[in-house]
Amino acid sequence: MRFSSTRILRFRIHSVFFFAGLALLLTSTAGRCDQAVEQIYGVYCVQCHGLKRTGTGINLPGLATKPRDHTDRKSMGDTPDDELFKAIKEGGLAVNKSVLMPSWGATLSEQQITELVKYLRKVCKCGK
Amino acid sequence: MRRLLIAVVVLAAPVLNEASAADNLDPSCAACHALAKPTDTSFDRMLTRKGPDLWFSGSKFNAEWLVAWLQNPKPIRPAGYPYFKTIKEGSDHDLPDPSKITPHPKLNKAAAEAAAATLMSLKAPDLVPSGAFKGDAAGARMGALAFNKFRGCVACHQGEGGKGGFSGPELTDAGTRLQPDYIAAYTADPQSFDPHVWMPKLSLKDKDIQRLTAYLSQLGQGAKP
Repeated sequence: MRFSSTRILRFRIHSVFFFAGLALLLTSTAGRCDQAVEQIYGVYCVQCHGLKRTGTGINLPGLATKPRDHTDRKSMGDTPDDELFKAIKEGGLAVNKSVLMPSWGATLSEQQITELVKYLRKVCKCGK
Repeated sequence: MRRLLIAVVVLAAPVLNEASAADNLDPSCAACHALAKPTDTSFDRMLTRKGPDLWFSGSKFNAEWLVAWLQNPKPIRPAGYPYFKTIKEGSDHDLPDPSKITPHPKLNKAAAEAAAATLMSLKAPDLVPSGAFKGDAAGARMGALAFNKFRGCVACHQGEGGKGGFSGPELTDAGTRLQPDYIAAYTADPQSFDPHVWMPKLSLKDKDIQRLTAYLSQLGQGAKP
């Protein structure tokens, strides 16, 4: 079976539009996810971990223990994802850290906490 | 037919009362505060809020404090409200940004008394049951330890002597400002009042709640509201 050159050209044009559309869709979805998780970080985490994400939030003067610097590649890199998840969901005491890190399990869904863990990996530019 | 009409009037009465009570307030109040329970309880709504919800204010505040505060509204939240819109980066830590904090309007005595009377009529007995605080003031000492040390409340709230964090309301005068039943009910489950509020729900036993309430209820007592 042979295809005419016009049909091949039309197929190629359609393919270009299809993949361009798919790429646009994926990019905008990822953008929305990033925005949503940044907003969550900005409401719940920033109060202690700060706008710079370095543990220098507005509450720092009232804290006996400095909050984790989320940009610190070493300490964040040494902390596995499941420990980060547990610390956010159940609080600092659940991972032998400070009571000043509260549990967010009643406020955030498991999906949101998973997104936060992924976001923290972006902030520290490290992975575990 | 007559019975049906009576039933409709009886069922509609609480709704009408709530609506008309809030209508007594200056319309500018509603520009920043929810005076009736919001139907939209989404995260997005919280991001656009300009002031705390007041639809349960009659179960929250002490009337005398409200009258005095409305005439001389000193900030309750030292970093502004919501804190995440009113802060800026500082050299050592984030700081309140005064340019983003709008002062609360001052009312004269008559207007303050009228507004307070209306606000005190906005009650939420389902959320703040009478007797939530069992009244044992002897737990205050342990409550102070829980607040300042074991439960970490001081991280976000200023307590005795103004020590503490900034993202939550200051509690240095909690005893004059807040009803003990409200302190107990809100501390136990902030999300039942406000599903996305940035105060976490801690896994506190009722014993902790009672002790914390006993401690906070005595703060500011004796001081002028």
